[in-house]
Amino acid sequence: MDPIIKSILSPKFVFATLRVMTPILYPAIGVAVSALAGSINIALEGIMLMSAFTGVMVSAYTGSLWLALIAGVLAGVGMGAILGYFHLNLKADIIIAAIALNMFASGISIFLLYVFTHDKGTSSSLKSLVFPSYQIPLLKNIPVLGPMLSGHNILTYLLFAAVVAYYYIIYKTPLGLRIRAVGQNPEAAESVGIDVNKIKLYSLLLSGFFGSFGGLYLSMGYVSWFSRDMTAGRGFIAIAAASLGGNLPLGTLLGSALFGFVNAFAIFIAPLKIPSEFIQSIPYVTTVIVLTVYSINKTRKEKAVIGSKADNR
Amino acid sequence: MEKFIIKYFNFIRIIIAILIGVVISVFIIYIISKNPGLSLRSFFLGTILSKGRLGSWIEMSSPIILCGLAIAIPFQAEQFNIGAEGALFISAAVGTAFAVSTRMPAVLHIPSVLLVAGLTGALWGFIPGFLKAKWKTDELVISLMMNYVAYFLGLYLINYYFRDKAAGYLVSYKLPETAWLTQFVPGTRIHFGVIIAFVFALLTYYFLYHTTTGYEIRTTGTNKNFAKYGGINVFRVIVLSQVIGGFLAGIGGMTEVMGLSRRFNWQISPGYGWDGVVVAIIGQNNPLFIILAALFLSYLRTGGQVLNLLSDIPSEMVIVIKSIIILLITAEAFLQRFKNRITIREAKMREVPDGSDN
Repeated sequence: MDPIIKSILSPKFVFATLRVMTPILYPAIGVAVSALAGSINIALEGIMLMSAFTGVMVSAYTGSLWLALIAGVLAGVGMGAILGYFHLNLKADIIIAAIALNMFASGISIFLLYVFTHDKGTSSSLKSLVFPSYQIPLLKNIPVLGPMLSGHNILTYLLFAAVVAYYYIIYKTPLGLRIRAVGQNPEAAESVGIDVNKIKLYSLLLSGFFGSFGGLYLSMGYVSWFSRDMTAGRGFIAIAAASLGGNLPLGTLLGSALFGFVNAFAIFIAPLKIPSEFIQSIPYVTTVIVLTVYSINKTRKEKAVIGSKADNR
Repeated sequence: MEKFIIKYFNFIRIIIAILIGVVISVFIIYIISKNPGLSLRSFFLGTILSKGRLGSWIEMSSPIILCGLAIAIPFQAEQFNIGAEGALFISAAVGTAFAVSTRMPAVLHIPSVLLVAGLTGALWGFIPGFLKAKWKTDELVISLMMNYVAYFLGLYLINYYFRDKAAGYLVSYKLPETAWLTQFVPGTRIHFGVIIAFVFALLTYYFLYHTTTGYEIRTTGTNKNFAKYGGINVFRVIVLSQVIGGFLAGIGGMTEVMGLSRRFNWQISPGYGWDGVVVAIIGQNNPLFIILAALFLSYLRTGGQVLNLLSDIPSEMVIVIKSIIILLITAEAFLQRFKNRITIREAKMREVPDGSDN
């Protein structure tokens, strides 16, 4: 028991939390930006799969990390565009269309994996690249903080840039203002001349953009290969993380950190003689519990607001 | 002709979506396969050219029908509970555990095992249903998360307590014969579960369209506020629709174990719950259409298996086709312009005689 507690209290645990929250926070921002515009994107699971797959394939066949990055991002943005086209132009229900896209991504990635490698499980027979990890000079020498924050994958560092970028987009740019306006009241936004569909499309494209980094990290950082359905529900956990954080930058960061913490915890207690099936189900059970507690609080608050309004009358 | 198109527009739209899916699959096979003729034949005719496969086509439709119903009932109440996959998995595991550890005559054993499995599924539907009704917790995310929980919990139950170590691979003990569903067509594996699925589809149809509760479910789905002010207990409807859905998915999982493998042998989730989502959408949540949609999907699935065995095309092509078909069906504006044009032409034709009177 003792070494486990020791390892959880060590800087390594914070390091692991940051590592495992990376593929949750990227899609969580993706969910959040779409939810702010009022059309929630639940296809992040599929977006990440497509980016993860495309990144590995392009890096294996071109040997270029940059091309892999570009292709992976394009795959994610493309998925956002397809969802946008079907939802906004062809009036598809966004939830069902997203379910279809998730299915599509799972199917086509395994299909193409087999066509290219004759393996339906993983791409480990291909020599694909990974994004580099960096030690940060000076910081790495500071005790405790060094091992926590230094030595991460570049995409984990970029995570914080992504949160800042998200903050900047929604609060400091005209597009962000329009996204929030459309989400809060589309009719009002339309009446002042905002093209609601266009703004929603942009938010879905941004959603695919942010999500794609989560996918790229999974197959080219977290591990160094693509395996079937490797997102394992992270795109859905991201929905929970974003809604816990009210779809706002800091909240989404904290929500994802919570799930990162739980995931890291599950990894660290693995040496205990607890059946792995239990440990693996921890993140999902936590999501159910956390989301329930969150909605209980929210309902109470709403009731309190209605109550105080009634008092004022 | 125009009148016919307008009247059955939705139906025609679905058929066209399916046809597009089929054309795309032919296209994919032509591009990728080294022997497209053989691959096409395997995919489209492989199922009907062998009696055993013909049987597995029919047989496989039964869990898909039940999962389709399991998805359709909550969908009718506008509840996006897509937890049929998890409900099916955990119910089959718990049902297997119950069947293996009890001894009864078949008359009692079969219904009680089915009941245990159904109730497990019902519980699995109750959790997201109750959370949604009480605190507006998003049932979509909860049911998705519970799919994973069901998977790990089911595996734990089977692998730790009911694993048949003599079998050499990860499976449960064999069910006692009293809990078997008979395979009644010689040369195939068509079992009694198929009949159970068809009966449940008819019952669900009756339930949704000819009972008060069914009416309440549909009304809540079309307009929740109208339902509320009309005196419908919306809380009850939201919970009940998901409980019944879970129950049916549970039956779907258990009949598959009792009729086909006679032991729990899933190490990865079989995907019938997801096919349930697909057939509910193709069948527009109508139990009778769901039967047809399930037969179609199960045909694709068996075709995919033949493809896997006999050609160089992986069966995952079927998943791609399915997703394209759903995308097209859910796209309401797909072919809408075509319909508008026909409607205008039809209207003009009617106008002419009136115009000549003036």
